[in-house]
Amino acid sequence: MLIRKYPSVLIFLAVLAVFTLIVTIMSQAYGTGAIPTSTIKLFGKTLCLALAALAMDVVWGYAGILSLGHMAFFALGGYMIGMWLMYARTEEIVTATLANAPIPPTPIEVQEGIAGQIFGVVGSTDLPLAWSFAGSLQIQLLLVLLVPGIFALLFGWLAFRSRVNGVYLSILTQAMTLALALWLFQNDSGFRGNNGLSGLQNIPGLTDLPQSTISIWFLWASALALGVTYVLASWLVSGKFGSVIRAIRDDEARVRFLGYSVEGYKLFIFTLTAMICAIAGALYYPQAGIINPAELAPIASIYLAVWVAIGGRGRLYGAVIGAIFVSLLSSWFTGGKAPDVNLGFYTINWVDWWQVLLGVAFVLVTLFAPRGLSSIIDAVAGLRHPMRRGKDLGPDLGALREKEAEA
Amino acid sequence: MRRIFLCLLLIFAAPAWAQDLQTVLDANRDQIEKPSRQTIGPVINEIAASGDGAVAFLEAWADRRIGMAEDGRFAIIDGEAAIDAVTGAAVTGDVKALRPNSGVRGLIAAALVPALLADPDISRRRAALDALGRDATAEHLPALRASLDDPDPGLAARKARLERLLTIRFDPDPAARVAAIKGFSGDTSTDLQAALNPLLASSRIAATELPADANVLQQLSVGSDLTRDEAYRLLVDAGLARPRLSDAEQKAALAANLVDGQVGNIPVANLDSPDARDRAYRALAAAGTVPPAASAEDVDAALDSYVFADVYVEPSAEVTDAARATLNGLVFRERAQQGVDLTLDALSLASIYFLAAIGLAITFGVMGVINMAHGEFIMMGAYTGYVAQTFIANKTASLIVALPAAFIVTALAGIVLYRLVIRHLMHRPLETLLATFGVSIALQQLAKNIFGTQARPLTAPDWLGGSIGWGEIVSISTIRVAIFVLALLFLCMFLYITKRTRMGLNMRAVTQNPGMAASMGINPDRVAMLTFGLGSGIAGIAGVAIGLFAQVTSELGQGYIVQSFMTVVVGGVGNILGTLAGAAMIGGLQKGIEVLNPANTLAAQTWMILFIIIFIQFRPRGIFPTRGRFVEG
Repeated sequence: MLIRKYPSVLIFLAVLAVFTLIVTIMSQAYGTGAIPTSTIKLFGKTLCLALAALAMDVVWGYAGILSLGHMAFFALGGYMIGMWLMYARTEEIVTATLANAPIPPTPIEVQEGIAGQIFGVVGSTDLPLAWSFAGSLQIQLLLVLLVPGIFALLFGWLAFRSRVNGVYLSILTQAMTLALALWLFQNDSGFRGNNGLSGLQNIPGLTDLPQSTISIWFLWASALALGVTYVLASWLVSGKFGSVIRAIRDDEARVRFLGYSVEGYKLFIFTLTAMICAIAGALYYPQAGIINPAELAPIASIYLAVWVAIGGRGRLYGAVIGAIFVSLLSSWFTGGKAPDVNLGFYTINWVDWWQVLLGVAFVLVTLFAPRGLSSIIDAVAGLRHPMRRGKDLGPDLGALREKEAEA
Repeated sequence: MRRIFLCLLLIFAAPAWAQDLQTVLDANRDQIEKPSRQTIGPVINEIAASGDGAVAFLEAWADRRIGMAEDGRFAIIDGEAAIDAVTGAAVTGDVKALRPNSGVRGLIAAALVPALLADPDISRRRAALDALGRDATAEHLPALRASLDDPDPGLAARKARLERLLTIRFDPDPAARVAAIKGFSGDTSTDLQAALNPLLASSRIAATELPADANVLQQLSVGSDLTRDEAYRLLVDAGLARPRLSDAEQKAALAANLVDGQVGNIPVANLDSPDARDRAYRALAAAGTVPPAASAEDVDAALDSYVFADVYVEPSAEVTDAARATLNGLVFRERAQQGVDLTLDALSLASIYFLAAIGLAITFGVMGVINMAHGEFIMMGAYTGYVAQTFIANKTASLIVALPAAFIVTALAGIVLYRLVIRHLMHRPLETLLATFGVSIALQQLAKNIFGTQARPLTAPDWLGGSIGWGEIVSISTIRVAIFVLALLFLCMFLYITKRTRMGLNMRAVTQNPGMAASMGINPDRVAMLTFGLGSGIAGIAGVAIGLFAQVTSELGQGYIVQSFMTVVVGGVGNILGTLAGAAMIGGLQKGIEVLNPANTLAAQTWMILFIIIFIQFRPRGIFPTRGRFVEG
């Protein structure tokens, strides 16, 4: 049913599978070694960003909530998994060191050693309360979902309850992100201040495995998460639920008067996408190796919106395409690999001018191509944007039908 | 002590049996020739007590003008000439100057103070009083009292005040000290605090029972006032109890007595719990290989048998009570002054936020257009000020040029932005937000490309450099006052434009009902464009003002954008007085939170944002909500 309605799901899954297979065959760990490990990590990270963009598309493109705080949930997920990675890895090192001592260590001594190692940089030797469960992978994995989930639930409940919507909500989410980032920047909040968590690429228990193998595992995990979430998101937005959230996007007051609990729908979609972002973050940061509060800066969330807008919001594949296209292009330009353009009187160095180009492109996309890159696919599929001129969708003779207004 | 008192008496009474200068100098010839700080004190006092010529001798000595003539007489060198230190006769021949070190000269100067206090020359009396104010000892008090009736009234008042302060510190009679302390009530000067604070110094003691004559600050109960560890450490430091073994020491002791993989008959592998380690250590102690450590029971017993208290160093309870009362009054007054200072700070921060937000209040509040590039307009204004300074060297002139220039530059940028982007996105606020965000990214990077990433200075003219203050605590820098005035000026200007001009009338009409306004012959597009230009221009001026006290970087505006939006939202959209109230609230709140946790401005910002989020729960439309039919949603 789902696939009959959205054949693009199959195409997407096929493309993703083929991509993963090709990368695996060309990897150093399981194939020819044509693609270096750093590039595989880049692909893996890009897939995670695409996952976050997918969530952003559901919450913004379908439910119409322009959240400028979803990258905060992404980073929170990263922090939660990073706590375990750092704690368990330090535990291994500390245990190995203490094992050489003549007297075996007590559990308290081991914990003190770990705390000293981790929090020495911020001048503390005590393990903060927030790290109580850092030793347990299962609990931290649960927290990856729970902490951003509960956070989003609380924030969303407060915001939607008082009917904060539109730009106000955007500004409020941005303020929330800023507050969270500022809080994490403090040394005494227990997350190592602006040092952040580091050394996350070393997976505890897998220290013997080379990074080339670990990176391909993470690529698989990221691709799997993206695929599963894509199917889930397609299912979510295709049925009645999808119709309601799109209706909320188009006219919130009307949906409320029809008797739907608008706040409930919004809250559900806000929290769910926050948790998806957290999963993406939890997969992203072990590949990036380091996380610090700068990752939560409001600008990061706005970039997420930029990817979705450039890819095409209201199209699930659009978000994925946008995230992959822009972030790969961005790392190509800022990596200094793009050739300089000599204008005779001035040489354009893309490292300096990429942001300008991105900003201008973003303005142009917003102005002229609200569907972004996916409008190319729409054009191929023959979907035309009907000239609604304010006319309603509905059963009347003069009204546009859902089929027509799909684009 | 007694000897010093005698010396002081001698100076003023000059009894007949005092040795004359010549005798003293002859008796201490070696010491004077090669003085040492440790031993010269009595000699200096003897000289000071020797009557005629002593003061002149000591002054010359302190000035390194005492020399030794060839025949062994001491001479006072005066330029090329020299005279005998005792007789005043001219000395011929070579004079070898003595060079006392600074420590010795300090002692000489202290000995000279009493004599100088009664000196006929007013400048020398004043200098002596200054020296006494900085560094006085008990023996100066009688000398000061003797010289109280100064012919100069100003100096007499200072002497009287200093006499009271020294009485507080050095008088042996508690009643006199209490009277002196009480005499100062209402005074807030720092020298009084410096005199009072040492009186309240306390030390922490442990004893089986408190001495009857102790002046107790408070008795401490173990567990609530001080932790068991602290209390026990106090006992150990006082030599009243055996030290407890720290975990590390215990571990080291165990490791040192490791025999055949066992410590005290316990296998090493089992020593991974504190219990097992305690058992092993006890076994070792029983065998006599290690000294026994205090056990938990020992600690309990020791803590039970002692009482702990903070005891004043000052023995007299009356004196400490009086000092405490006076200091409390002082602290209260100081708090009040700090409160005033804080209010000024908050006001200044509020005016900065207001200045940053007023442009936004116009574009976002009045027109409903959200402009994420507003922060970049602020930055543009600041850079305009910087560019003006590179062309015009005179800071005042460049500032006068920069303000209108910044207005024009940013107003033009705003109009361009309106024509090219915002006009096409009317009634689509979310898309306006995104598009202007793209503009903001591009402008920021453009500024980086043009001006570089390092901070550019925007120096304030000298007349804005100082600070205005009242008393010792309340002070505010002139530049912040100027910003406050600027903010007020803009508030008045904006109110005038909206309420009293044709443009303002059109603006309000377009805001309330664009269709009707158009029917009445107003061009809504043109009005919107001009309004947008006005808002952007004010952002530019705010940029110059902010640049004067902050570093001008490409990220300057970014730091203000969230706060500015908050200011507008909290105040109530579409209402300039609301923006004012919002700025006052946010500025006051931030400063208020900073007081609770002064070291951490980050925490203040975090809490402030949280507060705003909660505030919006209760007043979703801000402090002054817009009412009427034209309100959306």
